[in-house]
Amino acid sequence: MTSAPGAILTADSPLSEEIVVRCREVTKTYGSGQSAVRALRGVDVDVAKGELLMLVGPSGCGKTTLISVIAGVLDRDGGECSVLGTDYAKIGNTERTNFRARNVGFVFQAFNLIPTLSIAENVAVPLLINRVKRAQAVEQAAALLAQVGLGDRTKDIPSRLSGGQQQRVAIARALIHKPKLLVCDEPTSALDHATGQRVMELLRSIAAGHDLSLVVVTHDQRIFEFADRIAEMDDGRIVRVSTGQGHQIAANHVNSAIGK
Amino acid sequence: MLGVALAMLFRDKAKFFGIIMGVTLASLVITQQGAIFLGLMSRTYAAISDMGDPDIWVMDAKVQFIDDIKPLQDTSLYRVRGVEGVAFAAPLYKGMIRARLDNGQFQNCVVIGLDDSTLTGGPPSMIEGRLEDLRQSDAVIVDLVGATEKLWKPGPDEATPRVPLAVGDSMELNDRRGIVVGISNNTRSFQSQPTIYTTYSRAKNFAPAERKMLSFVLVKAAAGADIPALCERISAATGLAAYTRDQFKAKTVTYFLENTGIPINFGIAVALGFIIGTVITGFMFFSFTLDNMRYFGTLKAMGTTDTRLLGMIMLQALAVGVIGFGIGVGLASWFGTVVPKKTPLAFVMPWQLLFVSASAVVVICVLAATLSIRKVIKLEPAVVFKG
Repeated sequence: MTSAPGAILTADSPLSEEIVVRCREVTKTYGSGQSAVRALRGVDVDVAKGELLMLVGPSGCGKTTLISVIAGVLDRDGGECSVLGTDYAKIGNTERTNFRARNVGFVFQAFNLIPTLSIAENVAVPLLINRVKRAQAVEQAAALLAQVGLGDRTKDIPSRLSGGQQQRVAIARALIHKPKLLVCDEPTSALDHATGQRVMELLRSIAAGHDLSLVVVTHDQRIFEFADRIAEMDDGRIVRVSTGQGHQIAANHVNSAIGK
Repeated sequence: MLGVALAMLFRDKAKFFGIIMGVTLASLVITQQGAIFLGLMSRTYAAISDMGDPDIWVMDAKVQFIDDIKPLQDTSLYRVRGVEGVAFAAPLYKGMIRARLDNGQFQNCVVIGLDDSTLTGGPPSMIEGRLEDLRQSDAVIVDLVGATEKLWKPGPDEATPRVPLAVGDSMELNDRRGIVVGISNNTRSFQSQPTIYTTYSRAKNFAPAERKMLSFVLVKAAAGADIPALCERISAATGLAAYTRDQFKAKTVTYFLENTGIPINFGIAVALGFIIGTVITGFMFFSFTLDNMRYFGTLKAMGTTDTRLLGMIMLQALAVGVIGFGIGVGLASWFGTVVPKKTPLAFVMPWQLLFVSASAVVVICVLAATLSIRKVIKLEPAVVFKG
């Protein structure tokens, strides 16, 4: 990773003109009175189309709260935050849930694959949520699993797969409905270095191919190189934003894909 | 998403069978104990059911149930016959008489004396002999249960210790001779005592002499007569109580319900089945939901609405309800088919009992699902990022 001091950018300086996530002065406090915890203290951040933004920082600095607000699974207390031009605070709960179903993909630290469903059925879930017929959804899931190298494991249940394979399934599930924004919570922390690298390469290449914006929360310094920008958080604020070389990796991937 | 809900339920085999066990237990106990209770209650009015002929039973106004005999004067019969709308009225004697068996033991028997001329009130069907054979000298007809279980004779050797009473055998009824001319097929009575049919006049000879001997007057209404109205006319004209067959059955059952501990005993068994079933099902179903809370949270985060999650949980509850109820009722039916053939067990399972059992299962499933739904609806989707 190259994060020279000179490469520091402000939150208003994403790499592309087209902004997918726009947050201004976002605040969030848990609890009240003396036990109140101010998790976000006025966060400004933008994420551009096709960009991979990593949120890093010590535990309790507000990373998870921020991606929860960005993903629309947690209400903010103040400030503004819109995703694809939609401000969650201005739409109803059901509308927000439907917005997430269409536009947001999730990758979790513990994969969160439903253990009683086959991996194809797991991957098909976002399509089922979007009311695609089951047979069609499972068929698309199988095709996507083939793309991530698990075409021969579609009928296995998650517990029969390794951690890296399970995370690839989780990534396929996050992408199957072609979301515009992918939020990833510690996607490599349960994986060894080599597997983590492969998972990030997969994420990076898919993001590049689909103009997908990614917000990745991580402690894993080994994957910083995949970021376009890295936002360091501390005590509920973004204290520093630096560039990564993710755009170069993505460009290389696209070039190799088209045979340059 | 409903398919996902069912897959989550069916493929978690340990939890699934635990939940099914709870519903099955409740359904089985409620249905089986309920059927035994109804079977016992139906035996209290077995004598009324077995006499299909009369439309109306006339008796002393103080009679509380079929075995509570308060004899009438024989003139009551003529007063009933005089009421407009009565096609015919026949006397019936019903009382307890002691029979002496060949082995020297005594057995109390229900003796039913039928109208000498019409033999109204006879057994529902004959296995051997004919009802008309009662017109022979000293003739009696014995029901099958009595003949085989209570009035048997000692057998000729150890291999055949008991020989059922048969046509042609004689018996002693209150020191008077009775000759068996037929074996009837009766509904087993509540006390399971032998039932002996004879003519009204002969029954009066068997029974200890009393001033009044007429137990009931059996009435056949004229064609097209309004039977409830005829009951009222008979009561008004004679001062006696007159009931349709169903009314008299209900009066008899009511007496047993109000004056015996039977309903409480069975009620406790049914309530225990319901409570235990509810606790097991509720606990297992809630535990199943808690186990899947992370995945419900994941589904919620990925855009599944509360309404769809509610539908998923309701479907899971419905599935375990239907399967558990089916198995429970199936087991109860099997029990009710097999056991009564080898034992005197009373077992009646009408559709109303199945409805009650199904309703109880619905309540159990709704209670179990409500706990889970509450938990899932209150679940914040952000929980999926909390590890």
